[in-house]
Amino acid sequence: MIRFAGDSGDGMQVTGSQFTLETALAGNDLSTFPDYPAEIRAPPGTTFGVSAFQIQFGSTDVLTAGDQLDALVAMNPAALVVNLEDLRSDGTLVVDSAAFTERNLTKAGYAANPLTDGSLASYRMLSVDITRLTEEAVKPFDLGTRDAHRCRNMWALGLMLWMFGRDRQATVEWLQRKFAKTPHIAAANTAALNAGHAFGETAELPSNVGTYSVAPAPVAPGLYRAVSGTEAIAWGLIAGMRAAGLERMVFASYPITPASPVLHTLAGLRSHGVLTFQAEDEIAAVCACIGAAYAGVLGVTSSSGPGIALKTEGLGLAIATELPLVVIDSQRAGPSTGMPTKTEQSDLFQAVLGRNADAPLPVIASATSSDCFDVAMEAVRLATRYMTPVMLLTDESLANAAEPWRIPDASALPLFPVQFRTKAEGFHPFLRDPETQARPWAVPGTPGLEHRIGGLERDYETGHISYDPDNHHRMTKARAAKVAGIAHDIPLQTVALGEDRGPLAVVGWGSTYGAIHQGVKVALARGQQASHIHIRYLAPFPRNLGELLRRFDRVLVPELNNGQLVQLLRAAYLIPAEGLNQITGKPFKVSTIAAAIAERQ
Amino acid sequence: MTATLSPSLAPKDFASDQEVRWCPGCGDYAILKAVQKTLADLGVRREKTVFISGIGCSSRFPYYVSTYGFHTIHGRAPAIATGVKLANPNLDVWLVTGDGDGLSIGGNHLLHVLRRNVDLQILLFNNEIYGLTKGQYSPTSRPGTKSPSTPGGSLDNPVSPCAFALGAGARFVARGIDTQQPRLVETLKRAHAHRGASFIEIFQNCVVYNDGVFDDFIEKSVAPEKQIHVQHGQPLRFGAAGRYGLRLVPGRLELEVVTVGENGVSENDLLVHDETNHALASLIAGLRPPQFPMAIGVLFCNPAPSYDALVEEQLQAAGSDRDLNALLRRGRTWSVAG
Repeated sequence: MIRFAGDSGDGMQVTGSQFTLETALAGNDLSTFPDYPAEIRAPPGTTFGVSAFQIQFGSTDVLTAGDQLDALVAMNPAALVVNLEDLRSDGTLVVDSAAFTERNLTKAGYAANPLTDGSLASYRMLSVDITRLTEEAVKPFDLGTRDAHRCRNMWALGLMLWMFGRDRQATVEWLQRKFAKTPHIAAANTAALNAGHAFGETAELPSNVGTYSVAPAPVAPGLYRAVSGTEAIAWGLIAGMRAAGLERMVFASYPITPASPVLHTLAGLRSHGVLTFQAEDEIAAVCACIGAAYAGVLGVTSSSGPGIALKTEGLGLAIATELPLVVIDSQRAGPSTGMPTKTEQSDLFQAVLGRNADAPLPVIASATSSDCFDVAMEAVRLATRYMTPVMLLTDESLANAAEPWRIPDASALPLFPVQFRTKAEGFHPFLRDPETQARPWAVPGTPGLEHRIGGLERDYETGHISYDPDNHHRMTKARAAKVAGIAHDIPLQTVALGEDRGPLAVVGWGSTYGAIHQGVKVALARGQQASHIHIRYLAPFPRNLGELLRRFDRVLVPELNNGQLVQLLRAAYLIPAEGLNQITGKPFKVSTIAAAIAERQ
Repeated sequence: MTATLSPSLAPKDFASDQEVRWCPGCGDYAILKAVQKTLADLGVRREKTVFISGIGCSSRFPYYVSTYGFHTIHGRAPAIATGVKLANPNLDVWLVTGDGDGLSIGGNHLLHVLRRNVDLQILLFNNEIYGLTKGQYSPTSRPGTKSPSTPGGSLDNPVSPCAFALGAGARFVARGIDTQQPRLVETLKRAHAHRGASFIEIFQNCVVYNDGVFDDFIEKSVAPEKQIHVQHGQPLRFGAAGRYGLRLVPGRLELEVVTVGENGVSENDLLVHDETNHALASLIAGLRPPQFPMAIGVLFCNPAPSYDALVEEQLQAAGSDRDLNALLRRGRTWSVAG
């Protein structure tokens, strides 16, 4: 596992992404964790401006971005001070010695220069004047100092690609594409990349610094690509739209971290029937989707916790008028602005419970970046089949993290075509399908089905406005029964790892999948007893979930929040589930899960 | 259901089967009649027509029209209507709102739907009061309005709906009066013919909470001298037999009322209404009794491409490439052999 760290303007995310691509192409399984500050360009040299990109890769299946670093690239003292504690005591440390000036050391809080005071003696340290070597490499291209220094990240990438025996070709091609309009910049970056690589090959390195060789991971045969949660959601929505037989998707959104990349990704896919709309605010975004759904297309909106809060009244309207909608919540640390670029799972209560009145809707969550594809398709299926808004929970760490994905064959994907109502005879807008309890999707433009809907309570039998007390009771029950009935149309809960009964179930949801899975694996290898259960369907729960959990003596619920799923499980099944909660804005470490299991043996 | 396809529908064919539940004597009844007559005169198809509203007395409107209708949430109708047009630009969408719904809680959405120029007819019923919540002052109430929430009189300055619309970049801005049915129907037809967002402020009398609030220009005895019905290309004349007119004060960007035939003033001295002139529209939109007449009719009409039409153009230009397999395989891929 390695991490690239530097100033937020040093290009660490790009460096990490390219290393990821080369690693994927080398056939390793991998998992990434980008960690960047909220400031676009924080003051240089400061600890709060440190941006980092971490990747774990290996020849066995990799489900998390890792606990302890094998190698750290620190472009300045601030990056070193923030990240050093995660580096293994005998790990490889690469630093740009030119950045360790007195000024930068002071900003990072160092009293003495750690490169010379012996405090880093246990590490395999490679202190190189990356700045000067980069300047020399790009000299032929006659760049200004500023542009020349911006190539430092490529030099460092070149060195690391050498260290791990990776190819550079994909990065060279990427540079040519990215700087197609400024070929000398592309050439300078390529030169820096090659110079870093050549430095590794030719320089006389300290005897304890060497190269690593990581064999390809054994994976199922097929065609693969690297995919981020963002891309997987975007493509899953398109696949869902196609499976539902819908011609158009209106994706309305308001910019918010970390949800905006879904908007950016879909904005480039107009030819696939996607119409993106940047609304004036979060409320307008959800309302435009409601209007779009009313008019017969797929409506999707996307935001993060604070934005979802603003959409809440609109969701109530979609629930009341029973219109299909997909709502994506890329969770971040909160409340309020909180830590917008850090991950958290703290919107589960908001998703399941956070509306006025009795207003249920289905909630599902993606476990990994590639899982986002399937979950997005499933959200479209549930929304259109049950005429309901569906909340899809993902989070900051999944949205930006990449992993290898075996690309599905589009023609083999499931189909769930929508049946629009066209028959006027016997029609009213709240006539329920006997199987799904869903009302008909009757779209403006259809002759003979002219009708009025709205937020006012409506009569069960006619769909007209009704203030009748018994009717409101009946309609509330009908809306609840419709959503609860979805439990009969989703898979039974399975056990991801371990026995289906025993002393301890470790129950998670969302992006903690990798850490919990590896933690349970570690425990099993140690001869301890534990099972991993991961819940995709959070409302309604799979119909066997209660019975499954009761087969375990203890239920441990790790969550990146202050205890939400644990309370829902206790309330639903009256079981003494206990929480394992971490609210640091960072993913769980495998060791944290493994230790919690060990304590409960 | 064959009536839907019939080419000639009468105004009554645009009435729904729902009992109208506004207070007896409410101005909304007259507006409903005018709209139903407009729809019949235009020969629109019921299935292609959608009425969308927010919350408030005016927003009950869709329940009483036999087309498609959506009574949504407070202030958000412009956003929902935008979504409808993005989904299906061929639908003919009318938006019904009020002074509180459109300019208080929904002011932001009204601003953006106007500047985007989404192809809608936007009817803002202005009664200068909150009716449905029982009589609080509204953002168009005049200063000093006494209401349950302002027993000492309201303090804040009102917003002028037409000035707001012009400021937001609306390309069609008009005014009408609930009780002047023939004129209102003509204005509604103009709004319908306009491609893009058409904004119409309709003065609507609330008999229960604000009765007679517009009497300073609507009451019969003052109406001729306190209303000016503007028409493109015609001199700005009003009063009995067109006795008065509006002209620019020489050397100033300011209007004054003059009497035609007095002090050497002839019709040639009067301003001629040019509905494509934004500056003139802003001037006449700002006129207020008692010093000036209230301007009624089409104040501004200067079409520009609608947002939904531009969106469709971009979609057309992007072409149709529905190859999902190609999309998923775009960029770097690698094969793992079995």
